[in-house]
Amino acid sequence: MLKILKYSIYDLLRSRWSYVYFLFYLLLGFVLLFLNNDVNKAVITLMNVIIVLTPLIGTIFGIMYFYNSKEFTELLLAQPIKRSNIFMGQYVGISLSLTLSLVLGLGIPFIVYGLFRSAAIFDFTLLLVVASFLNFIFVALAYNIALSTENKIKGFGYAILMWLFLAVVYDGLFLISLIAFNDYPLGKFSLIATMFNPIDLSRILILLKLDFSALLGYTGAVFKEFFGTAFGMVMSMLVLSLWVILPVLNINRKLRKKDF
Amino acid sequence: MKHLFIVLILTSFISHATIIDVCATCEVKKIGDATLIAKDGDIIRVQQGVYYETEIQISHAIQVIGINNPIIDAQGKQKSVFACKANGFTISGFTIRNIGLSHTKETAGIYVTKSRNFRLKKNTFINVYGGFVIQRSTYGVITENKISGTAKNETKAGNGIHLYRCKNMRIEKNETIGMRDGIYLEYVEKSSISNNINDNNIRYGLHFMFSDNNEFHHNQFKDNGSGCAVMYSDHINMHHNSFRDNWGMASYGLLLKEINDSVIESNLFEKNTVGINIDSCNRNKYKNNHLNSNGWAIKFQGAATYNFFEFNNFINNSFDLSFKSSLKNNIFEANHWSEYSGYDLDKDGIGDVPHRPLKLFSVVTTHTPDSVILLRSLFVDIINFSEQVSPIFTPENLIDTKPIIKVIDARY
Amino acid sequence: MINITNLSKSFGKLSVLENLDLEIKEGGIFAILGPNGSGKTTLIKCLLGMVIPDKGTISINDKSILKKWDYRNELNYLPQIANFPANLSVNELIDMVKDLRPKTANETELIAHFGLEPFLKKKLGHLSGGTKQKVNIVLTFMFDSQLIILDEPTTGLDPVSLIHLKELIRREKEKGKTILITSHIMSFVDDTADEIVFLLDGKIYFKGSVSQLKERTKETNLENAIAKLITE
Repeated sequence: MLKILKYSIYDLLRSRWSYVYFLFYLLLGFVLLFLNNDVNKAVITLMNVIIVLTPLIGTIFGIMYFYNSKEFTELLLAQPIKRSNIFMGQYVGISLSLTLSLVLGLGIPFIVYGLFRSAAIFDFTLLLVVASFLNFIFVALAYNIALSTENKIKGFGYAILMWLFLAVVYDGLFLISLIAFNDYPLGKFSLIATMFNPIDLSRILILLKLDFSALLGYTGAVFKEFFGTAFGMVMSMLVLSLWVILPVLNINRKLRKKDF
Repeated sequence: MKHLFIVLILTSFISHATIIDVCATCEVKKIGDATLIAKDGDIIRVQQGVYYETEIQISHAIQVIGINNPIIDAQGKQKSVFACKANGFTISGFTIRNIGLSHTKETAGIYVTKSRNFRLKKNTFINVYGGFVIQRSTYGVITENKISGTAKNETKAGNGIHLYRCKNMRIEKNETIGMRDGIYLEYVEKSSISNNINDNNIRYGLHFMFSDNNEFHHNQFKDNGSGCAVMYSDHINMHHNSFRDNWGMASYGLLLKEINDSVIESNLFEKNTVGINIDSCNRNKYKNNHLNSNGWAIKFQGAATYNFFEFNNFINNSFDLSFKSSLKNNIFEANHWSEYSGYDLDKDGIGDVPHRPLKLFSVVTTHTPDSVILLRSLFVDIINFSEQVSPIFTPENLIDTKPIIKVIDARY
Repeated sequence: MINITNLSKSFGKLSVLENLDLEIKEGGIFAILGPNGSGKTTLIKCLLGMVIPDKGTISINDKSILKKWDYRNELNYLPQIANFPANLSVNELIDMVKDLRPKTANETELIAHFGLEPFLKKKLGHLSGGTKQKVNIVLTFMFDSQLIILDEPTTGLDPVSLIHLKELIRREKEKGKTILITSHIMSFVDDTADEIVFLLDGKIYFKGSVSQLKERTKETNLENAIAKLITE
């Protein structure tokens, strides 16, 4: 698996898109910091971008890489390598190279700006951790879709729909149900609904460190008790990990039956 | 030497003044005995040591001065330490401790009724139910005192400085920490509250009711249970105060309830759940305030009319504005909004397109508080944007026509 | 060498292989032929473990290969469409495949054989289809394995390279290897194959030598013989 991982990363690092992605974040980081001069605000704006963009890019990269390297994958499948190792290698390769682009692209401007002297370093670190999680989650979800859809165009469509659902539609439904059942205590519902969407969960994790603490009192007590504690933080990280582990397990399950 | 000098000066002003010394080895061993024998103009010098006394009566124009910080210990009795009813007295330099908690009787470290021209200075209060209770008095100065409590809930704590039906008072440079209300004013007029530090109080840093024509400025209110409440009063001048870190379900930097014809100027509101909570207030002027990183910068509760907001900074608040009932004739003009997304092509420092400070999502959260957990999600950004483009749910006249592009530099 | 019994595979409702039995002896060249959709590629992919059969057994040298992967070390496979990662150079690809397989490789001779030296430093994305196919062939033949599977090996090759390929196959055969070939170029099959396995509708319709096939269909030309077999 490590060999495949090595070659996948090697392959991706030479791809133009990795650099475009890297440069995008680099530019974003510099623009936000040096036009704003306010690290906290930069972190908030970055969160807005990351929450939406990282899943989208992860999904697109994942699905594209799968379909584009189909023949190459077949070449590998004929080699004496375990199936799951091939795909896990590729999966980790994409996720890692995306994470690398993101961490370096955002890290460099922040270091240049003097992040280490700023109190925002913890918020920023959390932002990067959450963004990395989102990379791993959405590449895994994209692989799930790709593995069950032979047709490239269809697969791509499903992947975008999945992103659209988790990034926008889900929150819309969430909001509508909150408004519709306004008279009932909705703390637990909100908590569970948040857990079921990695984008929401990531958003709340970051918000907790930013402006959300001021608002936390306004949400139900359940929510406050959960997210206000170290236990909540650990649980959230755990759930994010589950969001990686379960799709990865499903990839392996699908691989056992998949024909190429 | 220094004290002697003060005494010499004082004695030169007040004729026939005697000095009574109180200490363990002195002729007079109790402060209470000294105040009983003292006549107008006398000075009581209390030497260093611990005195176990309560209900020390002050009924003449005398000065009770602690030398080297003597301690008066009430040993848990449910009684006040000083009970004053006189004109022209001074109490300074004491540490007062261990007054028992009583729910039936109002007790305080220094209890003053129907007095004039008094000065309460540099006293420290530890583990007392209340620091000062001042009733029906005028021309008093309360300055440089420190009052701290450790009670965890409202019922077990008293107030730091409690004024009731007073006039022309000055409360300056005091510290109230961990009390129920830091400073509590009821029916107080023409008084000034300045340069006080009020942190970590269980309920309000400052609690202000039915008190017209007062001024409070340069005070600090930090991390109080519910912030500051200024209620049912007119002609209040609040300026250069800082309200910070007041977090919680019902917390705000400053609560204004039925406040009219007042000025709120050059204050700092930072990291409060609600910066200013405005409930049924009319004809007030909000100027040069700096509202930074609050959950809600300004929240209107009841109807509010003719409030005028200018030159305020709204920076990085989750919501700049929210309101519950009707907002009529309130003017927002020439404020700085970090949310402003317009441009300034003619470079005059004023945005070329007006700013709408009220977001649709802010309206939604007012009706459905739980929905706040969707803050900063893409869906919310989308509905906010569409509302911004064509307002349907938010009032069209709620608008800043001259948004200032740069942060307004002002002292706060 | 290869023993397939009762092999079935269907994709959805489409049954591709039905209770197929096939035995291939060690040594020699076997051409797997059949019209489009007859199940040739599926059969090969089952052998490679890329397609998982619904039922049946496949064993190589008396060992079942289903759900295994290490047997592929003793197997060289030439895929049908040579599409490699565009970012890699030829050299890097060869090094990578060498790295992925524990066996030692002798690629230098093969590179010379197909005149690939000038292309070694070029990116695969910039190569023509024929050159890619040559690279593909080098990757397949550079390891010394007992079983070689070639899926449409002639695709995109010019006549000179085709001769080189035939030469290569002949040499491998002389070493006593078992070679499976699918091809639509009948002259190529005619020239190289010792035995023909003809698949039709997921079943083996004919198995035997080229001369047996010609005899049976009474045709002198293989192409015609095959055509007749289909229309029979």
